[in-house]
Amino acid sequence: MPEDINAELETDELVPSAEPHAAHLPLDKAIETQADLSAEINALGDAYVRALKDGAPAETQPRLDYPPYRSSILRHPTKSLHHTDPETIELYSPAFGHQDVHALESDLTIQHNGEPQGERIIVAGRVLDGNGRPVAGQLVEIWQANASGRYIHKRDQHPAPIDPNFTGIGRCITGPDGSYRFTTIKPGAYPWKNHLNAWRPAHIHFSLFGTEFTQRIITQMYFPGDQLFPLDPIYQTIVDQDARDRLVANYDHNLTEPEWALGYNWDIVLTGPKRTWTENEAFGTAGDSSEEAGE
Amino acid sequence: MSTKLVPTPAQTVGPFYGYALPYDKDNELLAPGSPGAIRLQGTVYDGSGQAIPDAILEIWQPDSEGRIVQKTGSLVRDGYTFTGWGRGAVGNSGVYTFTTVNPGPTKPGAAAFIAVAIFARGLTNRLFTRIYLPEDTGALANDPLLSSLDPERRKTLIARRDADGGLTFDIRLQGEGETVFLDFQ
Ligand SMILES: [Fe+2]
Repeated sequence: MPEDINAELETDELVPSAEPHAAHLPLDKAIETQADLSAEINALGDAYVRALKDGAPAETQPRLDYPPYRSSILRHPTKSLHHTDPETIELYSPAFGHQDVHALESDLTIQHNGEPQGERIIVAGRVLDGNGRPVAGQLVEIWQANASGRYIHKRDQHPAPIDPNFTGIGRCITGPDGSYRFTTIKPGAYPWKNHLNAWRPAHIHFSLFGTEFTQRIITQMYFPGDQLFPLDPIYQTIVDQDARDRLVANYDHNLTEPEWALGYNWDIVLTGPKRTWTENEAFGTAGDSSEEAGE
Repeated sequence: MSTKLVPTPAQTVGPFYGYALPYDKDNELLAPGSPGAIRLQGTVYDGSGQAIPDAILEIWQPDSEGRIVQKTGSLVRDGYTFTGWGRGAVGNSGVYTFTTVNPGPTKPGAAAFIAVAIFARGLTNRLFTRIYLPEDTGALANDPLLSSLDPERRKTLIARRDADGGLTFDIRLQGEGETVFLDFQ
Protein backbone atom coordinates (compact mmCIF):
# COMPACT_ATOMS: atom_id res chain seq x y z
CA MET A 1 0.00 0.00 0.00
CA PRO A 2 1.43 3.41 -0.88
CA GLU A 3 2.41 5.21 2.30
CA ASP A 4 0.55 8.37 1.36
CA ILE A 5 -2.82 6.65 1.68
CA ASN A 6 -3.28 7.58 5.30
CA ALA A 7 -2.39 11.17 4.55
CA GLU A 8 -4.97 11.26 1.79
CA LEU A 9 -7.56 9.79 4.09
CA GLU A 10 -7.34 12.99 6.11
CA THR A 11 -8.96 14.82 3.23
CA ASP A 12 -12.55 15.79 2.93
CA GLU A 13 -14.00 12.46 1.89
CA LEU A 14 -13.98 11.56 5.58
CA VAL A 15 -16.76 12.82 7.77
CA PRO A 16 -16.06 14.64 11.01
CA SER A 17 -16.06 12.45 14.10
CA ALA A 18 -18.99 14.35 15.59
CA GLU A 19 -21.39 13.11 12.94
CA PRO A 20 -24.63 11.57 14.19
CA HIS A 21 -24.11 8.02 12.91
CA ALA A 22 -20.73 7.69 14.60
CA ALA A 23 -22.04 5.00 16.93
CA HIS A 24 -22.06 2.36 14.23
CA LEU A 25 -18.81 3.38 12.62
CA PRO A 26 -15.48 1.84 13.59
CA LEU A 27 -13.40 4.08 15.82
CA ASP A 28 -10.57 4.25 13.34
CA LYS A 29 -12.21 5.09 10.04
CA ALA A 30 -8.91 4.74 8.22
CA ILE A 31 -9.17 0.97 8.60
CA GLU A 32 -12.66 0.69 7.19
CA THR A 33 -12.40 -1.95 4.53
CA GLN A 34 -14.51 -2.93 1.56
CA ALA A 35 -15.74 -5.88 3.64
CA ASP A 36 -17.02 -3.47 6.31
CA LEU A 37 -18.74 -1.33 3.71
CA SER A 38 -20.14 -4.28 1.80
CA ALA A 39 -21.66 -5.61 5.02
CA GLU A 40 -23.47 -2.29 5.51
CA ILE A 41 -24.54 -2.12 1.87
CA ASN A 42 -25.84 -5.69 1.93
CA ALA A 43 -27.70 -5.20 5.21
CA LEU A 44 -29.54 -2.18 3.80
CA GLY A 45 -30.23 -4.03 0.55
CA ASP A 46 -31.55 -7.11 2.36
CA ALA A 47 -33.79 -4.99 4.57
CA TYR A 48 -35.19 -3.30 1.48
CA VAL A 49 -35.94 -6.61 -0.23
CA ARG A 50 -37.74 -7.82 2.92
CA ALA A 51 -39.76 -4.61 3.04
CA LEU A 52 -40.73 -5.05 -0.61
CA LYS A 53 -41.95 -8.58 0.15
CA ASP A 54 -44.00 -7.14 3.00
CA GLY A 55 -45.69 -4.79 0.57
CA ALA A 56 -43.58 -1.61 0.79
CA PRO A 57 -43.59 0.43 -2.43
CA ALA A 58 -40.61 0.14 -4.74
CA GLU A 59 -38.11 2.98 -4.43
CA THR A 60 -37.15 4.66 -7.67
CA GLN A 61 -34.66 7.30 -6.51
CA PRO A 62 -31.52 7.19 -4.35
CA ARG A 63 -31.88 7.51 -0.61
CA LEU A 64 -30.75 10.87 0.69
CA ASP A 65 -29.80 9.12 3.94
CA TYR A 66 -27.43 6.32 2.95
CA PRO A 67 -24.67 5.96 5.56
CA PRO A 68 -22.36 3.71 3.50
CA TYR A 69 -21.78 6.78 1.33
CA ARG A 70 -19.98 8.53 4.17
CA SER A 71 -20.16 12.04 2.71
CA SER A 72 -23.97 11.83 2.80
CA ILE A 73 -24.11 11.43 6.58
CA LEU A 74 -23.99 15.14 7.40
CA ARG A 75 -25.49 16.30 4.13
CA HIS A 76 -28.94 14.73 4.00
CA PRO A 77 -32.02 16.48 5.34
CA THR A 78 -33.40 14.72 8.39
CA LYS A 79 -36.91 16.09 7.94
CA SER A 80 -38.96 14.60 5.15
CA LEU A 81 -39.22 16.64 1.99
CA HIS A 82 -42.22 18.96 2.16
CA HIS A 83 -44.78 18.14 -0.49
CA THR A 84 -46.04 21.15 -2.39
CA ASP A 85 -47.59 21.80 -5.76
CA PRO A 86 -45.18 23.51 -8.13
CA GLU A 87 -46.20 27.07 -8.93
CA THR A 88 -45.68 29.41 -11.88
CA ILE A 89 -41.91 29.63 -12.38
CA GLU A 90 -41.41 26.03 -11.26
CA LEU A 91 -43.68 24.86 -14.06
CA TYR A 92 -41.30 26.29 -16.66
CA SER A 93 -37.70 25.58 -17.47
CA PRO A 94 -34.95 27.89 -18.64
CA ALA A 95 -34.58 27.91 -22.43
CA PHE A 96 -31.30 26.81 -23.99
CA GLY A 97 -30.42 26.78 -27.65
CA HIS A 98 -27.65 26.85 -30.19
CA GLN A 99 -26.60 30.26 -28.94
CA ASP A 100 -25.59 28.43 -25.77
CA VAL A 101 -24.02 25.27 -27.15
CA HIS A 102 -21.91 24.78 -30.25
CA ALA A 103 -22.57 21.61 -32.25
CA LEU A 104 -18.95 20.47 -31.83
CA GLU A 105 -19.29 20.38 -28.04
CA SER A 106 -20.91 16.96 -28.32
CA ASP A 107 -17.64 15.43 -29.53
CA LEU A 108 -15.21 15.10 -26.61
CA THR A 109 -12.53 13.59 -28.84
CA ILE A 110 -11.85 16.69 -30.94
CA GLN A 111 -11.24 19.31 -28.27
CA HIS A 112 -7.45 19.22 -28.59
CA ASN A 113 -4.83 18.80 -31.28
CA GLY A 114 -4.55 15.03 -31.05
CA GLU A 115 -6.72 12.00 -30.48
CA PRO A 116 -7.31 11.08 -26.84
CA GLN A 117 -6.14 7.71 -25.53
CA GLY A 118 -8.67 4.98 -24.93
CA GLU A 119 -11.65 3.24 -26.40
CA ARG A 120 -13.68 5.61 -28.58
CA ILE A 121 -17.42 5.31 -27.89
CA ILE A 122 -20.70 6.85 -28.97
CA VAL A 123 -23.28 7.42 -26.23
CA ALA A 124 -26.72 8.23 -27.58
CA GLY A 125 -30.32 8.06 -26.51
CA ARG A 126 -33.41 10.11 -25.87
CA VAL A 127 -34.61 12.34 -23.04
CA LEU A 128 -38.27 11.69 -22.29
CA ASP A 129 -40.67 12.97 -19.69
CA GLY A 130 -42.72 10.72 -17.44
CA ASN A 131 -45.47 10.61 -20.06
CA GLY A 132 -43.06 9.33 -22.69
CA ARG A 133 -42.99 12.66 -24.49
CA PRO A 134 -39.64 13.73 -25.97
CA VAL A 135 -37.89 16.61 -24.23
CA ALA A 136 -36.88 18.70 -27.25
CA GLY A 137 -34.41 21.55 -27.42
CA GLN A 138 -33.05 21.10 -23.93
CA LEU A 139 -29.55 21.18 -22.51
CA VAL A 140 -27.59 17.99 -21.76
CA GLU A 141 -24.19 18.33 -20.08
CA ILE A 142 -21.74 15.52 -19.38
CA TRP A 143 -18.40 15.21 -17.64
CA GLN A 144 -16.16 12.24 -17.04
CA ALA A 145 -12.74 10.86 -16.22
CA ASN A 146 -10.35 9.95 -19.00
CA ALA A 147 -9.55 6.39 -20.07
CA SER A 148 -7.22 5.88 -17.12
CA GLY A 149 -9.72 7.12 -14.56
CA ARG A 150 -8.37 10.63 -14.05
CA TYR A 151 -10.35 13.87 -14.07
CA ILE A 152 -8.96 17.22 -15.18
CA HIS A 153 -9.75 18.62 -11.77
CA LYS A 154 -7.30 20.02 -9.27
CA ARG A 155 -8.81 17.92 -6.50
CA ASP A 156 -8.36 14.65 -8.36
CA GLN A 157 -5.14 13.23 -6.89
CA HIS A 158 -5.39 9.77 -8.45
CA PRO A 159 -1.88 9.02 -9.73
CA ALA A 160 -3.09 8.00 -13.18
CA PRO A 161 -2.00 9.88 -16.29
CA ILE A 162 -3.70 13.02 -17.46
CA ASP A 163 -4.42 12.89 -21.17
CA PRO A 164 -3.44 16.17 -22.83
CA ASN A 165 -5.96 15.43 -25.56
CA PHE A 166 -8.93 14.85 -23.30
CA THR A 167 -10.79 17.27 -21.06
CA GLY A 168 -13.92 15.22 -20.50
CA ILE A 169 -16.65 17.85 -20.83
CA GLY A 170 -19.46 17.76 -23.38
CA ARG A 171 -22.73 19.54 -24.06
CA CYS A 172 -25.53 19.25 -26.53
CA ILE A 173 -29.09 20.39 -27.16
CA THR A 174 -31.64 17.60 -27.62
CA GLY A 175 -33.26 17.20 -31.02
CA PRO A 176 -37.01 17.45 -31.76
CA ASP A 177 -37.36 13.77 -30.80
CA GLY A 178 -35.49 14.30 -27.50
CA SER A 179 -32.36 12.68 -28.90
CA TYR A 180 -28.83 13.38 -27.75
CA ARG A 181 -25.54 11.96 -28.96
CA PHE A 182 -21.97 12.24 -27.69
CA THR A 183 -18.71 10.91 -29.08
CA THR A 184 -16.22 10.33 -26.29
CA ILE A 185 -13.77 7.89 -24.71
CA LYS A 186 -14.79 5.12 -22.36
CA PRO A 187 -13.90 6.42 -18.89
CA GLY A 188 -11.81 4.36 -16.50
CA ALA A 189 -12.76 3.31 -12.98
CA TYR A 190 -11.12 5.42 -10.30
CA PRO A 191 -10.31 5.16 -6.59
CA TRP A 192 -11.85 7.46 -3.98
CA LYS A 193 -11.62 7.96 -0.25
CA ASN A 194 -14.89 6.59 1.10
CA HIS A 195 -13.06 3.62 2.60
CA LEU A 196 -9.88 1.67 1.97
CA ASN A 197 -9.76 0.34 -1.60
CA ALA A 198 -12.94 2.13 -2.69
CA TRP A 199 -13.31 2.30 -6.48
CA ARG A 200 -16.04 3.94 -8.52
CA PRO A 201 -17.38 1.90 -11.43
CA ALA A 202 -16.73 3.64 -14.75
CA HIS A 203 -19.37 6.30 -15.30
CA ILE A 204 -20.30 9.47 -17.14
CA HIS A 205 -21.96 12.29 -15.20
CA PHE A 206 -25.12 13.59 -16.89
CA SER A 207 -26.95 16.85 -16.16
CA LEU A 208 -30.43 17.26 -17.64
CA PHE A 209 -33.23 19.77 -17.83
CA GLY A 210 -36.85 19.09 -18.62
CA THR A 211 -39.63 21.38 -19.67
CA GLU A 212 -40.22 22.25 -16.01
CA PHE A 213 -37.78 23.17 -13.27
CA THR A 214 -39.18 20.33 -11.14
CA GLN A 215 -37.67 17.86 -13.64
CA ARG A 216 -34.08 19.01 -13.13
CA ILE A 217 -31.78 16.06 -12.53
CA ILE A 218 -28.09 15.21 -12.31
CA THR A 219 -27.16 11.55 -12.50
CA GLN A 220 -24.50 9.10 -13.70
CA MET A 221 -24.53 6.61 -16.57
CA TYR A 222 -22.74 3.31 -16.11
CA PHE A 223 -21.51 0.56 -18.45
CA PRO A 224 -23.00 -2.94 -18.56
CA GLY A 225 -21.44 -5.76 -16.59
CA ASP A 226 -19.27 -3.71 -14.26
CA GLN A 227 -17.98 -5.89 -11.41
CA LEU A 228 -17.78 -2.86 -9.10
CA PHE A 229 -21.56 -2.30 -8.97
CA PRO A 230 -22.22 -4.28 -5.77
CA LEU A 231 -19.24 -2.66 -4.04
CA ASP A 232 -19.98 0.98 -4.82
CA PRO A 233 -21.78 2.95 -2.08
CA ILE A 234 -22.80 5.66 -4.57
CA TYR A 235 -24.42 3.32 -7.09
CA GLN A 236 -26.00 1.47 -4.15
CA THR A 237 -27.61 4.66 -2.78
CA ILE A 238 -30.38 3.38 -5.05
CA VAL A 239 -31.52 0.30 -3.14
CA ASP A 240 -33.90 -1.05 -5.79
CA GLN A 241 -32.27 -3.29 -8.40
CA ASP A 242 -34.66 -2.30 -11.20
CA ALA A 243 -34.03 1.37 -10.47
CA ARG A 244 -30.25 0.85 -10.41
CA ASP A 245 -30.46 -0.96 -13.74
CA ARG A 246 -31.95 2.20 -15.27
CA LEU A 247 -28.55 3.87 -14.95
CA VAL A 248 -26.77 1.22 -17.01
CA ALA A 249 -26.43 1.86 -20.73
CA ASN A 250 -27.00 -0.91 -23.26
CA TYR A 251 -24.30 -1.91 -25.67
CA ASP A 252 -25.92 -1.29 -29.06
CA HIS A 253 -24.23 -2.73 -32.13
CA ASN A 254 -26.49 -0.66 -34.37
CA LEU A 255 -24.93 2.45 -32.85
CA THR A 256 -21.43 1.06 -33.26
CA GLU A 257 -19.65 2.54 -36.27
CA PRO A 258 -17.37 0.31 -38.34
CA GLU A 259 -13.66 0.99 -37.90
CA TRP A 260 -14.52 3.85 -35.56
CA ALA A 261 -16.38 3.55 -32.24
CA LEU A 262 -18.49 1.29 -30.04
CA GLY A 263 -22.06 2.39 -29.39
CA TYR A 264 -23.95 2.60 -26.11
CA ASN A 265 -27.60 3.51 -25.87
CA TRP A 266 -29.10 5.13 -22.80
CA ASP A 267 -32.52 6.74 -22.55
CA ILE A 268 -33.31 9.09 -19.69
CA VAL A 269 -36.78 9.56 -18.23
CA LEU A 270 -37.53 12.71 -16.25
CA THR A 271 -40.30 13.09 -13.69
CA GLY A 272 -43.61 14.72 -14.43
CA PRO A 273 -44.62 16.87 -16.15
CA LYS A 274 -46.98 18.82 -13.90
CA ARG A 275 -48.02 21.61 -16.24
CA THR A 276 -50.93 21.41 -18.64
CA TRP A 277 -49.24 21.65 -22.00
CA THR A 278 -50.28 23.85 -24.87
CA GLU A 279 -50.10 22.57 -28.45
CA ASN A 280 -46.98 24.59 -29.25
CA GLU A 281 -45.05 23.30 -26.30
CA ALA A 282 -46.10 19.75 -27.08
CA PHE A 283 -44.37 20.08 -30.44
CA GLY A 284 -41.14 21.18 -28.85
CA THR A 285 -40.62 24.80 -29.76
CA ALA A 286 -38.73 25.48 -26.57
CA GLY A 287 -35.05 26.21 -26.78
CA ASP A 288 -34.47 27.96 -30.07
CA SER A 289 -35.81 30.97 -31.79
CA SER A 290 -37.08 30.21 -35.27
CA GLU A 291 -34.13 31.69 -37.13
CA GLU A 292 -31.70 29.57 -35.15
CA ALA A 293 -33.71 26.42 -35.67
CA GLY A 294 -32.75 26.34 -39.33
CA GLU A 295 -29.05 25.81 -38.66
CA MET B 1 -52.01 7.88 -25.43
CA SER B 2 -49.71 8.78 -22.61
CA THR B 3 -47.67 5.97 -21.11
CA LYS B 4 -46.34 6.50 -17.60
CA LEU B 5 -42.63 5.83 -17.50
CA VAL B 6 -40.60 5.31 -14.36
CA PRO B 7 -38.11 8.16 -13.95
CA THR B 8 -34.38 7.57 -14.14
CA PRO B 9 -32.77 7.77 -10.70
CA ALA B 10 -30.47 10.63 -9.74
CA GLN B 11 -26.90 10.30 -8.49
CA THR B 12 -24.73 12.72 -6.57
CA VAL B 13 -23.02 15.48 -8.55
CA GLY B 14 -19.82 14.17 -6.92
CA PRO B 15 -16.65 16.13 -6.18
CA PHE B 16 -15.44 16.78 -9.71
CA TYR B 17 -18.14 18.96 -11.28
CA GLY B 18 -15.95 22.01 -10.72
CA TYR B 19 -14.26 21.93 -14.11
CA ALA B 20 -17.46 21.02 -15.96
CA LEU B 21 -20.56 22.81 -14.70
CA PRO B 22 -19.29 26.32 -13.93
CA TYR B 23 -18.82 28.70 -16.87
CA ASP B 24 -18.07 32.35 -17.46
CA LYS B 25 -20.70 34.68 -15.90
CA ASP B 26 -22.73 31.66 -14.76
CA ASN B 27 -23.90 33.49 -11.63
CA GLU B 28 -24.51 36.86 -13.33
CA LEU B 29 -28.12 36.90 -14.47
CA LEU B 30 -27.33 40.45 -15.37
CA ALA B 31 -24.13 42.42 -15.28
CA PRO B 32 -23.14 43.66 -11.81
CA GLY B 33 -23.91 47.35 -11.53
CA SER B 34 -26.82 47.23 -13.99
CA PRO B 35 -29.94 49.16 -12.95
CA GLY B 36 -31.92 46.99 -10.54
CA ALA B 37 -29.09 44.52 -9.99
CA ILE B 38 -28.84 43.04 -6.52
CA ARG B 39 -26.52 40.55 -4.91
CA LEU B 40 -28.03 37.30 -3.67
CA GLN B 41 -25.69 35.42 -1.39
CA GLY B 42 -25.61 32.79 1.28
CA THR B 43 -23.73 29.94 2.85
CA VAL B 44 -24.47 26.22 2.60
CA TYR B 45 -24.04 24.36 5.90
CA ASP B 46 -23.92 20.68 6.76
CA GLY B 47 -25.37 18.98 9.81
CA SER B 48 -22.42 19.90 12.01
CA GLY B 49 -22.76 23.58 11.16
CA GLN B 50 -19.73 23.55 8.87
CA ALA B 51 -19.91 25.55 5.66
CA ILE B 52 -19.45 23.12 2.80
CA PRO B 53 -17.04 23.98 -0.01
CA ASP B 54 -18.43 21.69 -2.70
CA ALA B 55 -22.04 22.59 -3.38
CA ILE B 56 -23.42 24.17 -6.54
CA LEU B 57 -26.72 26.01 -6.80
CA GLU B 58 -29.01 26.91 -9.63
CA ILE B 59 -31.61 29.63 -9.47
CA TRP B 60 -34.57 30.15 -11.78
CA GLN B 61 -36.81 33.17 -11.41
CA PRO B 62 -39.15 35.60 -13.13
CA ASP B 63 -37.98 39.09 -14.00
CA SER B 64 -38.69 42.12 -11.84
CA GLU B 65 -42.16 42.41 -13.40
CA GLY B 66 -43.01 38.80 -12.57
CA ARG B 67 -42.70 37.63 -16.16
CA ILE B 68 -41.36 34.15 -16.82
CA VAL B 69 -38.62 34.53 -19.41
CA GLN B 70 -38.20 31.96 -22.17
CA LYS B 71 -35.06 33.28 -23.84
CA THR B 72 -31.90 31.38 -24.69
CA GLY B 73 -28.47 32.67 -23.78
CA SER B 74 -27.92 31.58 -20.18
CA LEU B 75 -24.66 29.80 -21.05
CA VAL B 76 -23.30 32.46 -23.38
CA ARG B 77 -24.56 35.70 -21.93
CA ASP B 78 -24.83 38.66 -24.26
CA GLY B 79 -24.78 41.20 -21.45
CA TYR B 80 -28.31 42.45 -22.18
CA THR B 81 -30.72 39.54 -22.06
CA PHE B 82 -32.13 38.53 -18.71
CA THR B 83 -32.77 34.79 -19.00
CA GLY B 84 -33.90 34.19 -15.42
CA TRP B 85 -31.53 31.30 -14.86
CA GLY B 86 -28.10 31.10 -13.27
CA ARG B 87 -25.64 28.68 -11.71
CA GLY B 88 -23.25 29.39 -8.89
CA ALA B 89 -20.77 27.10 -7.15
CA VAL B 90 -19.92 27.95 -3.57
CA GLY B 91 -16.36 29.03 -2.89
CA ASN B 92 -13.97 27.43 -0.42
CA SER B 93 -15.75 29.19 2.45
CA GLY B 94 -19.11 27.75 1.39
CA VAL B 95 -20.51 31.06 0.16
CA TYR B 96 -22.43 31.39 -3.08
CA THR B 97 -23.30 34.65 -4.83
CA PHE B 98 -25.54 35.65 -7.71
CA THR B 99 -26.14 38.96 -9.39
CA THR B 100 -29.81 39.13 -10.21
CA VAL B 101 -32.97 41.24 -9.79
CA ASN B 102 -35.70 41.05 -7.23
CA PRO B 103 -38.27 38.74 -8.81
CA GLY B 104 -41.76 40.15 -9.24
CA PRO B 105 -44.87 38.26 -8.22
CA THR B 106 -46.04 36.06 -11.10
CA LYS B 107 -49.69 36.71 -10.23
CA PRO B 108 -51.26 39.77 -8.57
CA GLY B 109 -50.96 39.36 -4.80
CA ALA B 110 -48.69 36.32 -5.02
CA ALA B 111 -45.52 36.10 -2.94
CA ALA B 112 -42.41 36.59 -5.05
CA PHE B 113 -39.78 33.88 -4.87
CA ILE B 114 -36.74 32.45 -6.59
CA ALA B 115 -36.72 28.70 -7.29
CA VAL B 116 -33.53 26.92 -6.25
CA ALA B 117 -31.92 23.55 -6.94
CA ILE B 118 -29.00 22.49 -4.75
CA PHE B 119 -26.37 19.91 -5.66
CA ALA B 120 -23.41 18.82 -3.56
CA ARG B 121 -20.90 16.08 -3.07
CA GLY B 122 -22.51 13.79 -0.51
CA LEU B 123 -25.99 14.82 -1.56
CA THR B 124 -27.43 11.87 -3.48
CA ASN B 125 -30.16 13.86 -5.24
CA ARG B 126 -30.75 17.54 -5.86
CA LEU B 127 -32.81 19.43 -3.34
CA PHE B 128 -35.38 22.01 -4.31
CA THR B 129 -36.28 25.02 -2.22
CA ARG B 130 -37.56 28.58 -2.61
CA ILE B 131 -36.10 31.95 -1.67
CA TYR B 132 -38.96 34.29 -0.79
CA LEU B 133 -38.51 38.06 -0.70
CA PRO B 134 -39.15 39.33 2.83
CA GLU B 135 -41.10 42.54 2.16
CA ASP B 136 -44.66 41.68 1.18
CA THR B 137 -45.81 40.18 4.47
CA GLY B 138 -49.42 40.01 3.33
CA ALA B 139 -48.51 37.92 0.31
CA LEU B 140 -46.22 35.75 2.44
CA ALA B 141 -49.05 35.11 4.90
CA ASN B 142 -51.31 33.96 2.07
CA ASP B 143 -48.74 31.85 0.29
CA PRO B 144 -49.94 28.23 0.03
CA LEU B 145 -46.54 26.72 0.80
CA LEU B 146 -45.55 29.08 3.61
CA SER B 147 -48.92 28.89 5.31
CA SER B 148 -48.62 25.09 5.39
CA LEU B 149 -45.46 25.32 7.52
CA ASP B 150 -45.03 26.04 11.20
CA PRO B 151 -43.34 29.38 11.93
CA GLU B 152 -39.92 27.93 12.76
CA ARG B 153 -39.70 26.08 9.47
CA ARG B 154 -41.38 28.83 7.46
CA LYS B 155 -38.66 31.34 8.23
CA THR B 156 -36.01 29.11 6.64
CA LEU B 157 -37.50 30.04 3.25
CA ILE B 158 -37.53 33.82 3.64
CA ALA B 159 -34.42 35.76 2.65
CA ARG B 160 -32.94 38.55 4.73
CA ARG B 161 -32.70 41.99 3.11
CA ASP B 162 -29.21 43.38 3.44
CA ALA B 163 -28.36 47.05 3.99
CA ASP B 164 -27.02 47.31 0.44
CA GLY B 165 -30.34 46.06 -0.99
CA GLY B 166 -29.09 42.54 -1.56
CA LEU B 167 -30.53 39.30 -0.24
CA THR B 168 -28.95 36.75 2.09
CA PHE B 169 -30.28 33.22 2.13
CA ASP B 170 -28.36 30.51 3.99
CA ILE B 171 -29.07 26.86 3.36
CA ARG B 172 -28.83 24.28 6.12
CA LEU B 173 -28.87 20.77 4.74
CA GLN B 174 -29.41 19.12 8.12
CA GLY B 175 -30.13 19.71 11.77
CA GLU B 176 -30.88 22.92 13.66
CA GLY B 177 -32.72 25.33 11.38
CA GLU B 178 -32.79 22.79 8.55
CA THR B 179 -34.05 24.45 5.38
CA VAL B 180 -37.42 23.29 4.08
CA PHE B 181 -36.78 21.23 0.94
CA LEU B 182 -39.57 20.52 -1.48
CA ASP B 183 -41.09 17.46 -3.09
CA PHE B 184 -43.18 18.26 -6.16
CA GLN B 185 -44.20 14.71 -7.07
FE1 LIG C 1 -17.19 10.74 -11.25
